[in-house]
Amino acid sequence: MGTTKIEIKDLKAGFGGLSVLNGISLQISEKSITAIMGPSGCGKTTLIRCLNRIHELTPRAWVKGEVVLDGANIYDPEADPVAIRRRIGMVFQKPNPFPTMSIYDNVVAGLRLNGVRDRKILDSVAERSLRMAFLWDEVKNDIKKSGAALSGGQQQRLCIARALAVEPEVILMDEPCSALDPVATAKIEESIMSLKQDYTIVIVTHNMQQAARVSDLTAFMYLGEIVEFGDTTSVFETPKSELTEKYLTGKFG
Amino acid sequence: MPKINPNHATARRRKAVDKLMTSLIVVATVLAIVPLVLIIADVASKGIPVISLSFLTSLPGWSAAGVPTGGIANALFGSFIMIVIAFLISVPIGVGAGIFFSEWPESRLSTISSFTNDVLAGFPSIVIGIFVYIVIVLSTGTFSALAGAVALSIIMIPIIARSTEESLKIVPVTLREASMALGVSRWRTVLKVVISTGRSGLATGILLAVARALGETAPLLLTVQGSNLFPTSLFQPTAALPLLIFNYGMSGDPTLEAQAWGAAFILIIVMLALNLSTRFLLGRRLGEVRAEI
Repeated sequence: MGTTKIEIKDLKAGFGGLSVLNGISLQISEKSITAIMGPSGCGKTTLIRCLNRIHELTPRAWVKGEVVLDGANIYDPEADPVAIRRRIGMVFQKPNPFPTMSIYDNVVAGLRLNGVRDRKILDSVAERSLRMAFLWDEVKNDIKKSGAALSGGQQQRLCIARALAVEPEVILMDEPCSALDPVATAKIEESIMSLKQDYTIVIVTHNMQQAARVSDLTAFMYLGEIVEFGDTTSVFETPKSELTEKYLTGKFG
Repeated sequence: MPKINPNHATARRRKAVDKLMTSLIVVATVLAIVPLVLIIADVASKGIPVISLSFLTSLPGWSAAGVPTGGIANALFGSFIMIVIAFLISVPIGVGAGIFFSEWPESRLSTISSFTNDVLAGFPSIVIGIFVYIVIVLSTGTFSALAGAVALSIIMIPIIARSTEESLKIVPVTLREASMALGVSRWRTVLKVVISTGRSGLATGILLAVARALGETAPLLLTVQGSNLFPTSLFQPTAALPLLIFNYGMSGDPTLEAQAWGAAFILIIVMLALNLSTRFLLGRRLGEVRAEI
């Protein structure tokens, strides 16, 4: 389905002596939504954190293998992790707006911290990003208020806007709705679906119904390996692996 | 229907023990506060009568009959200058070290220095005074405000470094990750995000270090010596509040002793102001961060 944006080649990763990923190989298609699902502890968060080189920031973390973005390996020794993270953005499980900044400052933080000063550019980026995150209408009159004063769902949409503001090509989402109520979840899923026209999205979720609702492709992980991968409808309706079927029918997980 | 608490005797005894323990703790607390209250009351009652505009603005002097007149202007100014210079030396070094300890804990240099920093924080200040005496006073050949400022900054640096380290460590990892995930470099993340979030703790540490330095007497004895003249250069013996209090207090002359009380009162007021302002800073900011966690 479409061209490959990211190719993961035999990726292994872990912390100290503990191995979490045992050789992951996967193709992420461009401008689509790929869901990664699996039971707790299967390594899906570690996998996604390897895609934007955030995993290595944890003490004692290690990575082996290749992650190829548009033909270039992001783990090449010459590669600049900071530049890569501008192309691959991330939204975290628990909303983490910068507490000392206003909503506006939060959204443009990625640009400002990299030296962009022009007020007109920042203003237009802020509005555009907040619209794409479906948050503009709710905050447009309070845009100078503290980011921490929003509800959980709004904070998460703020984080999405913040990630969008730096105009990445890929957006990684680590269980973005797990800390939110169903109404907030629905709003975020709506914005994710609209984003796929312009961005490649990889979403980790332990909620398989969400994977079924939102994604084009689904990968099922178990104990650090990809058990099954394919387009969402096939994986859910006609799973090839018995393990996948057991997970989908709730026999474990 | 059976009563919910059939054993009245045990319940009564439990209540009595509870009351006893609470009273003991309250007594302990009051005993802890009493010295502070007594000191402030004593100094205030003896010091306030001496305070006047001329007391604060004139130099020590003597009338023809040998009766002390004049005030503490030189000591006020001397202390002020030394604190300012010590501040300018110790804040960049202390904050820088604190940032390093907090943000680069994996470095060997970081763990070793953090440990030595804690040792230095507990050093007797007179030893620091002797050290500066040998290194600066003897080599320059004179007591000086500069030597005093250096001694004070050696006392201030570990305090600032430690509180900076603690304040930055409290900033959640997830905020650093959020910044780095936006493609912001590590040092910009530290400077603009981490420090900004931990800034009230940083400010508190600096204020407390200043409050501590204001009252240090021993190192000043060995580095600035004291003087009756208004400071005109950084390289001469200089007056300072704690020294003045020490000398006048021991002088045996009632006027000078009264002036010592006045100076002591000024010192205490400034210290109280610094400490209270940290409550205000820390209380508000922590409240904001807590609300969103």
